[in-house]
Amino acid sequence: MTDIAASDALPKPKRDLLPVLLPVILALAMIPLIGSGSSWVTLTMASLAMGMMIFIMASGLTLVFGLMDVLNFGHGAFIAVGAYIATLVLLPLASWVQADSLLLNLAVLAPAALAAMAVSGALGLLFERVLILPIYGQHLKQILMTTGGLIVAEQALYALWGPQIIPTPLPTSLRGSFIIGDVAISKYRLLAMLVGLAVFLGIQLVLNRTKIGLLIRAGVENREMVEALGYRIRRLFLGVFMTGSGLAGLGGIMWALYREQVHASMGNDLTVLVFIVVIIGGLDSIGGCFIGALLVAMVANYGGFLVPKLALVSNILLMVAILMWRPRGLYAVTSR
Amino acid sequence: MILSGDPPRSRALSILLVVIIAALAVAPFVFPGAKAMNVATKICIFAALVASYDLLLGYTGSVSFAHTMFYGIGSYAIAIALYSMGPTWTAVATGLAIGLPLAALLALCIGLFSLRVEAIFFAMITLAVASAFLVLASQLSWLTGGEDGRSFQLPELLRPGTVLIPKDWFGFAINGRTLTYYIIFFACAAMILGLLRVVNSPFGRVLQAVRENRFRAEALGYRTVFHLTYANCLAALVAASAGALNALWLRYAGPDTSLSFSIMLDILLMVVIGGMGTMYGAIIGAAIFILAQNYLQALMSVASNAAADAGLPLLPGLLHPDRWLLWLGLLFIASVYFFPTGIVGRLRSGARQST
Repeated sequence: MTDIAASDALPKPKRDLLPVLLPVILALAMIPLIGSGSSWVTLTMASLAMGMMIFIMASGLTLVFGLMDVLNFGHGAFIAVGAYIATLVLLPLASWVQADSLLLNLAVLAPAALAAMAVSGALGLLFERVLILPIYGQHLKQILMTTGGLIVAEQALYALWGPQIIPTPLPTSLRGSFIIGDVAISKYRLLAMLVGLAVFLGIQLVLNRTKIGLLIRAGVENREMVEALGYRIRRLFLGVFMTGSGLAGLGGIMWALYREQVHASMGNDLTVLVFIVVIIGGLDSIGGCFIGALLVAMVANYGGFLVPKLALVSNILLMVAILMWRPRGLYAVTSR
Repeated sequence: MILSGDPPRSRALSILLVVIIAALAVAPFVFPGAKAMNVATKICIFAALVASYDLLLGYTGSVSFAHTMFYGIGSYAIAIALYSMGPTWTAVATGLAIGLPLAALLALCIGLFSLRVEAIFFAMITLAVASAFLVLASQLSWLTGGEDGRSFQLPELLRPGTVLIPKDWFGFAINGRTLTYYIIFFACAAMILGLLRVVNSPFGRVLQAVRENRFRAEALGYRTVFHLTYANCLAALVAASAGALNALWLRYAGPDTSLSFSIMLDILLMVVIGGMGTMYGAIIGAAIFILAQNYLQALMSVASNAAADAGLPLLPGLLHPDRWLLWLGLLFIASVYFFPTGIVGRLRSGARQST
């Protein structure tokens, strides 16, 4: 037995920096391959923006899986619903969207984003209560039920809005790009990056600096112990689930503006992308999810530039490579 | 013997099975119409496909979303071989010789990658791989024909024009089409009986042990990854064979008929309705589901038109035949929730209570 004096500092957990460096290394390694410096900057900015958007969509899935051990195959439904709700605000106020004034543009975007998050969050509440509550702890049924939920939500979107693509043009003041030297940085990508970074920092702050975050992290580590200490983990679960689906809704509107269109099948398509990110990240770690999103976006952008044919399967190749290296993903918090 | 010591164990279930199989066996003579024949063939093919999926979902408890991918590999292998080599039996053999090992190899890779960890990993990775495959199939148009798919000619013997027994001999005709149907019927029956044999073998017992408690199965000394991967490969082989049969019947392979996500949902629903982990459920589920799909969709269109005429809001859109999947999804959720054992499970538990 070793004696530990009370004054000794607790042993620090080992820092695992290699995954963090991975996107940096990847970006630097691409410089000689791409050749021109300005296209490298453009591609890197594009990957960062895309990665942030994917992260916003995937973070909810990670939180929910980490805390509740529920893998929500219906997560894509929240993304699509968020985008569709946003069109309800954006389309009637199209004149404001087209107006050449930042204030008016933001006056449309802010309520659209809020409405998207609110409705997605409410849908999350419904999802959790109706579909997931009866089957906590049964993975097989969770996968089946939430898949069913995704289908129903997608088909309901088809029934309500029809199968056509709805265009969602970018607000005027977010079009175009800043030009610094011979490097062009699109304004919307910059905004997406800022929002994504804000979400990431916000989640990290809440998780690491507040009591709720402490409880969530404790719940991820050991759910029974938190319950035994007298906390109602059910409420916490519900809150996290709603936050996660709200974030998916936010990601939905951002993705809709990025692609400048909305279609009912987008939830289904993005589910696959989000899953790959979450698998790469290690299923239940926010940091891993963030890095995973950046990596996926980088591989998609660089790959699309260098070998366009490869872009179709680049995500799968990336996932295979990461899983060969770390079979449970980059950062696996718990060893389930 | 032929049922591998796993009889239906319920009188109602036995009767239902006998009725379905008898109806399928005489289908070309009793229901000679083109649509009825298509329905009968689809029931045969899907019964085998769903049975192979049941091996995964019902017996090992792992959800795969890549089953349509293997089905599609079988379809495309036959289609591409017959398209490029011409309508010969060599081409059919080549298609099978390329498609089946390819499916098994892919299943092996996916299994080795994802079955090591957990059911959830497997589900997510199969979903990702299957969607990448769908994109590949619709993009590599020099090979697969893209969105249009590949149409091809069958070997001489299997064509509808080939009359084997003219009508005036026995009062009914047997042509190449009938022969194709019976090839499919017997091949599917053989595959289902083979799967029944597999799940009742010691190997099948291990799979069920893994489903119930993987940790304990491992502690007993079974290499669970090996067993799960082997089951995955077997299921992929059967699915690819079913896909090949489907291509032979349709004389066509394309993304919509063999790869789309809605087929995956159909398979899931048939397994759940029929009863997971029973094998017989595959036959019942496929028969009921495909009959409903072919004859209820017409009913939906009638209802949708009626609702539109009555001027009701929203209902025409919800009842439109294209929204068939919406009701399917609701049915799926309800059946997972209320009838997790499916029709076969219900009938069996009813039989146990009465005795």
